[in-house]
Amino acid sequence: MQAMPALVLHQLRTRHVGPIELTVAAGECVCLRGASGSGKSLLLRAIADLDPHQGEARLDTRSCAATPPPEWRRQVALVMAEGQWWAETVGAHFGAGCEPGWLARLGLPAAALEWEVARCSTGERQRLALLRTLMRRPAALLLDEPTGNLDEDSTARVEALLDDYRREHQAALLWVSHDPRQAARVSRRRFLLEDGQLHPDTHAGAEGGRW
Amino acid sequence: MVIALSVLDLSLAALLILALAGLSLRLGLGIEQRLVVSAARTTIQLLLIGLVLKLLFDNVHFLWVAAMAAIMITAAGREVMARQKRRFTGWWGFGLGTLSMFVSSFTVTVMALLAVIGNTPWYAPQYAIPLLGMVLGNTMNGIALGLDRLTQDAAARRSVLEARLALGQDWNETIADTRREAIRVGMIPIINAMAAAGIVSLPGMMTGQILAGTPPVEAVKYQILVMFLIAGGTGFGTVVAVSLGARRLFDERQRLRLDRLRTPQD
Repeated sequence: MQAMPALVLHQLRTRHVGPIELTVAAGECVCLRGASGSGKSLLLRAIADLDPHQGEARLDTRSCAATPPPEWRRQVALVMAEGQWWAETVGAHFGAGCEPGWLARLGLPAAALEWEVARCSTGERQRLALLRTLMRRPAALLLDEPTGNLDEDSTARVEALLDDYRREHQAALLWVSHDPRQAARVSRRRFLLEDGQLHPDTHAGAEGGRW
Repeated sequence: MVIALSVLDLSLAALLILALAGLSLRLGLGIEQRLVVSAARTTIQLLLIGLVLKLLFDNVHFLWVAAMAAIMITAAGREVMARQKRRFTGWWGFGLGTLSMFVSSFTVTVMALLAVIGNTPWYAPQYAIPLLGMVLGNTMNGIALGLDRLTQDAAARRSVLEARLALGQDWNETIADTRREAIRVGMIPIINAMAAAGIVSLPGMMTGQILAGTPPVEAVKYQILVMFLIAGGTGFGTVVAVSLGARRLFDERQRLRLDRLRTPQD
């Protein structure tokens, strides 16, 4: 298998945040916590190059500035906290369809692609929004509260699927979560974003990271 | 043949405005002042332009016609800018509409003067100025409506646009729906006007010519010509303005840059 790239942030700076130095290795998951308004989402937006920023983000040696923007955003995919939908049906947002196995793993029927977006619950939409991004096979995932609207069972399913995706594709994950127990479950390295800087997160969550 | 209107005739018509202002005062509509001021502006501006046109007709020179055209287009550009709730900041606010009107209205009018009317000289002000005025006035409406729709829609649907970018769509694909809708909005008034012409409404230009004694069928032919010119000017102008505006909403890294729009006042 082709070696997948690490996500490297070097002196990255955006509104209220930075400079940030961080490397998320291929196949690694790093968790980010922080009070609301601390700039977690801003940081993710800057990495996805949706906001102007200084400094650099790279996938290994390939810098964001040297990559055409749509390609960068397919490679370094941001999954926003609030998924947005513009077409009538769910399937229209997927393009090349969705892997049936993934739908099932998130507790969704194969017919979910034919659903009208307006009739989906927030939880269903959140899972579908994650899948539509995963279908583009990104090398790095920027996850903004990916289980924010989910119950315990769905949360576990999403965590398991992302775990598999990470290992199978050697993807780099940067996961924003407000829940320290989730952070402990999904990552070994955890940071707290405070005053625009990353600090090691010493919060004692559940013992031992799974990843 | 033309029945000249006296000051008294116009004053009689002005009584309508005064009556309306009185009614507004009575009903507390609060528009009496604007009504009277607008009526006064109409009177003064039209009298002035009448004098200017008389001067222009008496001294036919290309430069005078060009200067007049330049003033008209600048005024139209300002008007487009003033009608935007969220206009582009900096020179774009004025330049976008003005450039698009220049490209479409000027081309259409000059083409009509050269190829259809074929007067000598081709810039004879009696034809050039009224034609340009009509094309420009309507193009201005189309562009103002289209741009306003584009920027309002982009601001309202910001999250959707950014979600599409985040999924790896390019700016062009991301803004396509919004742009299409904005162009439609800009073009619909003239399409409706063409559909209703003669049945619901008698267009002003034709009516004016008939009042001035032109045989109706001749007046109608001119009106058809003008309708087509207006449709062409409005359509192409709106397409150019909305397309440039849509591009301007994104920067070189294809980020949605709503900070390039002024936040609405009031």
